[in-house]
Amino acid sequence: MREIIEIPLDKVKPHRTDVLRTQGVTPGKDTSHNVEKPLRKAIELFLEYAHPVGVLGDIPLPQFEDVYKGDGKNETSTPLDEIFKKAEALALFAVTIGEEISQKISQLFKKNELVLGSMLDGAASVGVDNTADFIENHFLTMLIKRGAATSATAVLRYSPGYCGWHMSGQKKLFTYLKPEDIGISLLDSFLMRPLKSISGVLIAGPREIHVFEDSYPFCAECKTHSCRERIEALFKESRYNNRV
Amino acid sequence: MDTVHNISVSLQSGDYERVSAFTKQALEKNIPPKEILDRGLISGMNIVGEKYKTHEIFLPDVLLAAKAMYAGMDILKPLFIEEGIPTMSTVVIGSVQGDLHDIGKNLVGIMLKGAGFEVIDLGNNVAPEKFIETAKTHHASVIAMSALLTTTMPVMKRVVELLRRERLKGKIKTIIGGAPVTEAFAREIGADAYGYDSAHAVDAVKRLVGRT
Repeated sequence: MREIIEIPLDKVKPHRTDVLRTQGVTPGKDTSHNVEKPLRKAIELFLEYAHPVGVLGDIPLPQFEDVYKGDGKNETSTPLDEIFKKAEALALFAVTIGEEISQKISQLFKKNELVLGSMLDGAASVGVDNTADFIENHFLTMLIKRGAATSATAVLRYSPGYCGWHMSGQKKLFTYLKPEDIGISLLDSFLMRPLKSISGVLIAGPREIHVFEDSYPFCAECKTHSCRERIEALFKESRYNNRV
Repeated sequence: MDTVHNISVSLQSGDYERVSAFTKQALEKNIPPKEILDRGLISGMNIVGEKYKTHEIFLPDVLLAAKAMYAGMDILKPLFIEEGIPTMSTVVIGSVQGDLHDIGKNLVGIMLKGAGFEVIDLGNNVAPEKFIETAKTHHASVIAMSALLTTTMPVMKRVVELLRRERLKGKIKTIIGGAPVTEAFAREIGADAYGYDSAHAVDAVKRLVGRT
């Protein structure tokens, strides 16, 4: 099954704390009027210029194996290689908040509206992440309706370009999913346009399958180690319980 | 407090209107533009840069200060040209070919301008030859390249190779940065420096031109 999903803006509206974090502002730290004013404005502009939409398509394991292999440039050993083979269900996805917001960000920088430009860029990054979260939740809801998920099921997304999955994986992902239908195109460098887009695979299965150590050779070069936060979150919340 | 010191203080708080007013006032008092730049604007930005590095202040504060710096520079720059005062070293900056990300590159450019450098921003998706040609035309000391994709990082190597081929390596220095870029990669391709983030990139460029 393949589905194009128009996502309500209020479901992906960036939270002020998350936007401030993109600006390096420590959560809980008092912010001045100089920061609060552009922050509020950036969120307003997000609501004016973002157009969140996603596409989601089930993919059987053998076909995903082909997508994952891509051009054969993945690292020899990757966490995803282990994880997807234990999945109960897989779906390719792509989301975007559109091109208009990127153009607005560029305009602001050109007009020397540096704080607002940077803040809107942060809001857009948070917003597109929220859009991908929405699709993750949507997939889990779909599985629950189909009776294909239990309280132990967790859905997590993985994207080409991260954790040893080479960016060239985008080529086959695009061939299977056709995100062009929601306005996302792929450049020769495997970069997606609009810039504020995310693509990858949603993997559903017992939450334990997503657990791995960040001790792969490429982990040493990773600057965020955000996988730790994502894995931890799986054990803090039960999104399943919120839906049944 | 003297007027030049007021410029520095106002800049640190991101008050561009006061920076503009105090800069005009300083000129009326016949304070040399170079002194206003060094002791007012650049000195203020240096303090801002240091506080940012130690997490005393955050990115929005730096950007506000940068905007205030521009307000002062807009007044001083015509005078520098008129009086033939040489500008600081020139840096050509851009995101490499195939890459459309430019926020990180913009931040480095803003902070380099704040440190007093002349910055020529080529935008994104910049071909290797364009970096070299622009650097030659504007007698730039440094080429600063940003890449956010592993697939576009080889373009950085191509720029270093072209500089070598044109016997410009060493005369025009290179600095690279961006999420997937590492210090090891910079060494591997023969780049002169690596900028972990915008603040460190500015320090590295200062070192490259001997301004530390």
